[in-house]
Amino acid sequence: MSIPSPTPIYLDNNATTRCAPEAVAAMLPYFTEQFGNPSSMHSFGAKVGHAVKSARASLQKLLGAEYDSEIIYTAGGTEADNTAILSALKANPERKEIITTTVEHHAVLHLCDQLEKEGYTIHRLKVDGKGRLNLDEYAALLSDKVAVVSVMWANNETGTYFPVKQMAEMAHAAGILFHTDAVQAVGKIPLDLANSAIDMLSMSGHKLHAPKGIGALYLRRGARFRPLLRGGGQERGRRAGTENVPSIIGLGVAAELALERMELENTYVRALRDKLQAGILSAVPHAFATGDVDNRLPNTLNIAFEYVEGEAILMLLNKQGIAASSGSACTSGSLEPSHVMRAMGIPYTAAHGTIRFSLSHENTETEIDRVIAAVPPIIAQLRKLSPYWGENGPVTDPEKAFAPTYA
Amino acid sequence: MWDYSDTVKEHFYNPRNAGPLPDANAIGEVGSISCGDALRLMLKVDPANETILDASFQTFGCGSAIASSSALTEIIKGKTLEQALEVSNQDIADFLGGLPPEKMHCSVMGREALQSAVANYRGEEWKDDHEEGALICKCFAVDAVMIEETIRANNLCSVEQVTNYTKAGGGCSSCHEGIEEILAKVLAERGEDFKPAPPPEKKVPGKLTTLERIRKIEQVIEKARPNLQRDHGDIELVDVDGKNIYVSMKGACAGCQMEAATLGGVQAQMVEALGELVKVIPVKATAKFAPNTLPA
Repeated sequence: MSIPSPTPIYLDNNATTRCAPEAVAAMLPYFTEQFGNPSSMHSFGAKVGHAVKSARASLQKLLGAEYDSEIIYTAGGTEADNTAILSALKANPERKEIITTTVEHHAVLHLCDQLEKEGYTIHRLKVDGKGRLNLDEYAALLSDKVAVVSVMWANNETGTYFPVKQMAEMAHAAGILFHTDAVQAVGKIPLDLANSAIDMLSMSGHKLHAPKGIGALYLRRGARFRPLLRGGGQERGRRAGTENVPSIIGLGVAAELALERMELENTYVRALRDKLQAGILSAVPHAFATGDVDNRLPNTLNIAFEYVEGEAILMLLNKQGIAASSGSACTSGSLEPSHVMRAMGIPYTAAHGTIRFSLSHENTETEIDRVIAAVPPIIAQLRKLSPYWGENGPVTDPEKAFAPTYA
Repeated sequence: MWDYSDTVKEHFYNPRNAGPLPDANAIGEVGSISCGDALRLMLKVDPANETILDASFQTFGCGSAIASSSALTEIIKGKTLEQALEVSNQDIADFLGGLPPEKMHCSVMGREALQSAVANYRGEEWKDDHEEGALICKCFAVDAVMIEETIRANNLCSVEQVTNYTKAGGGCSSCHEGIEEILAKVLAERGEDFKPAPPPEKKVPGKLTTLERIRKIEQVIEKARPNLQRDHGDIELVDVDGKNIYVSMKGACAGCQMEAATLGGVQAQMVEALGELVKVIPVKATAKFAPNTLPA
């Protein structure tokens, strides 16, 4: 797609972020002069080995982990999720149950779907209309048949937090390993893993201005583990394969920057997000923010626009240079709107028209003002085309007013 | 981001004939808000000669749904109902310069709205057997329901058979896992086990005479034609020059979005039949063979 002519505004940082220029600059020598293999017994390797060690320390600090050896580099969040869950099953072969939620990322959900076909029992915790879990339901499922609990820290679509620290304590009390997919939370909020009962945590570099293709699994010292990839002894034998050195270096720099900017994320970025939400909702009727709005990531805003379809909104936004994303069925090529919206019971009249705006510290107030001005006419334009919209509002009883031959 | 053609984008950004048509005497409605696509087609038909004097639409849906609706109204205006009913979903897609496979259902919906509107005008009831499942084969846009029904109706038991009957899995082959799952499910209903095919054998290249070689090439082309003709397309052998096999894509195949996938499939079969690496290269159809292109 050609670059639209207006200055682009990027509000899709939960999908991916721009790699920080500082990270790119730090990486470059590791493609050229510093090309050694960190496992090698010569100075080429040793220098690189030291750099990897210092990058690992930066990530350790961001996660608040007790030891740097608790970090296992992976190719990203998906590999970390798969490694964690499959490891728990391998380490506890007599346990055949998994507890997760209905709103996890596909990296967890689709793996669990596959494991279900292979004979495992998957308990998927439901959420209420605001995307919140019922901890009584969770407590009732904890038993010695459960191999692992996998619950995300913050939802990628709505930003809603789950009480993972409390849930980890509960799992521990029942003798069960606890994993969290924290891909969206890492870098945005303090984690302090050393003082938690979390056994495993997945993170992804490109969500916090590091390059794509690098991530990590945090593995608490002493937690039982079985590697997914076996081979050379890299990552202390827990993830074989020659290290992706330039990306590890880039992630180290991005982790340092994220720690420096965490305050900004929770003041500046949060204020921009709140302004965007108030600005759009005050100008567009029949629209509402989804998820638990008082308990969510500071950068994420998900708005459901009723009676319009998300992909159409995105195309018109893109025409004005505004990049966001949607939970509509059409954007993914599937027939169902986002599983997260469906799990929250968002009606179909709104679920197809959900738009996620995810900000970063790189956004400015001018940009937010432009988006606030751009959205209302776009929604009005599409509603004018919609058979569910009358002169000044939705047609009465839209499901009846539109009487198709089939549904 | 979808790879929408410029025509799709143009019809989405500037939809033709959008909004209610107050004096419409034929209205067709398909889709629903729950499936994310809903289209109301309104026609003003001249009762004297059944000519469509005016057409408009209201659509809830994605970019390609709105563009397909807009295209449909442009195509049918001025046509008689009989002529309009001959418009296929492929015609709508062609008018738009093609649609991504995941979006072909938008053109299907346009055609269905048209059938529904004509039925409404004639006081008939229009019923359709429309059921759509998850998209399995992205090369040829075949969904799970279609595959499952075809397996059941024809007692199929292998991925190869499914490909022969539906085209699903005939391109990049990455959906074979999905097809195997459907096969296993349907076979289990019949009380049978699904037996996967053995890994494809590597053919030892035997020396072919030039004549044998050309005959084999012709056989592969002939084998591919019925599938393409079913979609109003065709393929013709133009020339063979060493490892390069030149073909001409006809009808709906010419400039089709799936042309690369189709050629890829033919090339794979060619390589298998000849036991050597060859390239299947499309050459522009000569003017004589150019299809009747709709105005874009």
